[in-house]
Amino acid sequence: MCEPSAIGRRRRRDGAFLDRLAGGLVRAMDHALDADDLSRRDGLLQRLDPRVKLTGLLGLIVVAVFVKSLIVLGGLFLVAVALALPSQVGLSRLARQIWLKVLAFTILIALPAIFLVPGTIVARLPILLWPVTLQGVRSAAFLLGRAETAATFALLLILTTPWPHVLKALRVFRAPIVLVAILGMTHRYIFVFLESASRMFEARRSRMVGPLSPRNRRRVATATAGALLDKALHLSTDVQSAMVSRGYRGEVRLIDDFHTTPIDGLALAGFAAIAAAALWLQA
Amino acid sequence: MTRPWEIPVTPAFEVVDVHYAYQDAPALQGLSLTIRHGERVALLGANGSGKSTLLLLLDGLHFANRGTVSAFGEVLSQARLQDDDIAFAFRRRVGLVFQNPDVQLFCPTVFDELAFGPLQLGWSKDEIRERVGATLAEFSIAHLKDRPPHRLSGGEKKRVALASVLILNPDVLLLDEPTAGLDPQSASELIDYLVKCQGSGRTVITATHDLDIVEDIADRCFVLQSGRLAASGTASEILDDAALCVSAHIAHAHYHRHGDAVDHRHHHRHTNEAAPLAGKAPRGSE
Repeated sequence: MCEPSAIGRRRRRDGAFLDRLAGGLVRAMDHALDADDLSRRDGLLQRLDPRVKLTGLLGLIVVAVFVKSLIVLGGLFLVAVALALPSQVGLSRLARQIWLKVLAFTILIALPAIFLVPGTIVARLPILLWPVTLQGVRSAAFLLGRAETAATFALLLILTTPWPHVLKALRVFRAPIVLVAILGMTHRYIFVFLESASRMFEARRSRMVGPLSPRNRRRVATATAGALLDKALHLSTDVQSAMVSRGYRGEVRLIDDFHTTPIDGLALAGFAAIAAAALWLQA
Repeated sequence: MTRPWEIPVTPAFEVVDVHYAYQDAPALQGLSLTIRHGERVALLGANGSGKSTLLLLLDGLHFANRGTVSAFGEVLSQARLQDDDIAFAFRRRVGLVFQNPDVQLFCPTVFDELAFGPLQLGWSKDEIRERVGATLAEFSIAHLKDRPPHRLSGGEKKRVALASVLILNPDVLLLDEPTAGLDPQSASELIDYLVKCQGSGRTVITATHDLDIVEDIADRCFVLQSGRLAASGTASEILDDAALCVSAHIAHAHYHRHGDAVDHRHHHRHTNEAAPLAGKAPRGSE
């Protein structure tokens, strides 16, 4: 038989497990709402026509992926930072949402390259004495730099443009209706889905009277995920019906018209100049 | 209770021997009924009786497995509604307010939500802006204009859902449990609106099991049971038939009405019987 204090600790731990899940969902919801608010603020990128922004930032992403000079790649990264600041996207937000996460993911792939790519040995790993090659370091730096720069430009596009405008701009560039409709529906569901998940965990927590074994914790998480998927499926059918009921025929239509201004022309020229300069410098 | 109604030349809806099933679970089984233009109709029935399914069929969102559903004299079929012109004309005339407002509110802001239907139907941008402004004011939701729908309260969501359909000024309004989840004040405002629809020429079809509102919002009632038509008649005829209400599971065994005093409603419990909702019913009131 467990000591009362041990039972108390386990209960607290189980409560913490469900708290973490519910808290994570609430944070995700807050994060999405915050991003939505940010896209409607007054900033440099927010003021641009979404079509110009989509063209310019996607162009810079392509250049960042293909550029073959680390200095130029670093310059493009600084351009991304320079665009973020007057658009009210703080460096701490970029670090939290992109830089650290991309670093954590990419380092796993990039790290072996430092030792495995043959070339000039510049150092050796202490104890293991694995050779660190110049070419390996360059490969890892390219991978990391490209991933960080491209992801930063992509995040800037998403954070400074209301999602429906991104969709409409995609349609202007002849993206398939099905793709645009799927992206639109995903965004619409995300809040209801998160809210629903949060309620389910709260309900589960309110009924929890005893400690949960690790196996049962996994079972709760799996069962909830299954129930959520089932709910999402039903919800998707209902939302589609509600849209069709009000005349939706698969085409994204918005009340906001895109108006290009001289600033958009300048911005487009600026994006083109940066891309051209990057390609010229690396050549 | 079913009595022969005078059938107009072209009814708003004509449902003839309709069968519909969700996979293997039958929802409607040989249902036939006719709804005239300008009529206010209540669809009564317990959960799972087929009310919501019937509304989806009347709105051309689902199609009968067998039998026909006609709207404005034309058979509603999937093939017909594939045609853009026919679909837009139909959607312009028929609006459905879903029971769960979360299903219906999917745009980034309340303004976008109201503009969604008119945009799909190809109205001009100026006309849309004007109508959205007027509708926001009419429903007292102008202050919510820039709010995302998922941040609204339940009552506000319901009001926005209703406004998003009524902005199209449809000839036929289909409502699925409109008062479900509403506080008394919001429910009362909604009922007042539906009462105003009387004599306006708009056909209003409401699926509900809230008997308290039926006489206010409906001239005629259809009682559904297990996907079949159990009875039809005026609201008074249906509500006065306690045996029918009990057998159709829309009222409990102690349901009764006090003559013409339709406003007299109370919760009660008979002594030595368990209260269905402990804490709600006063003890031994009768």
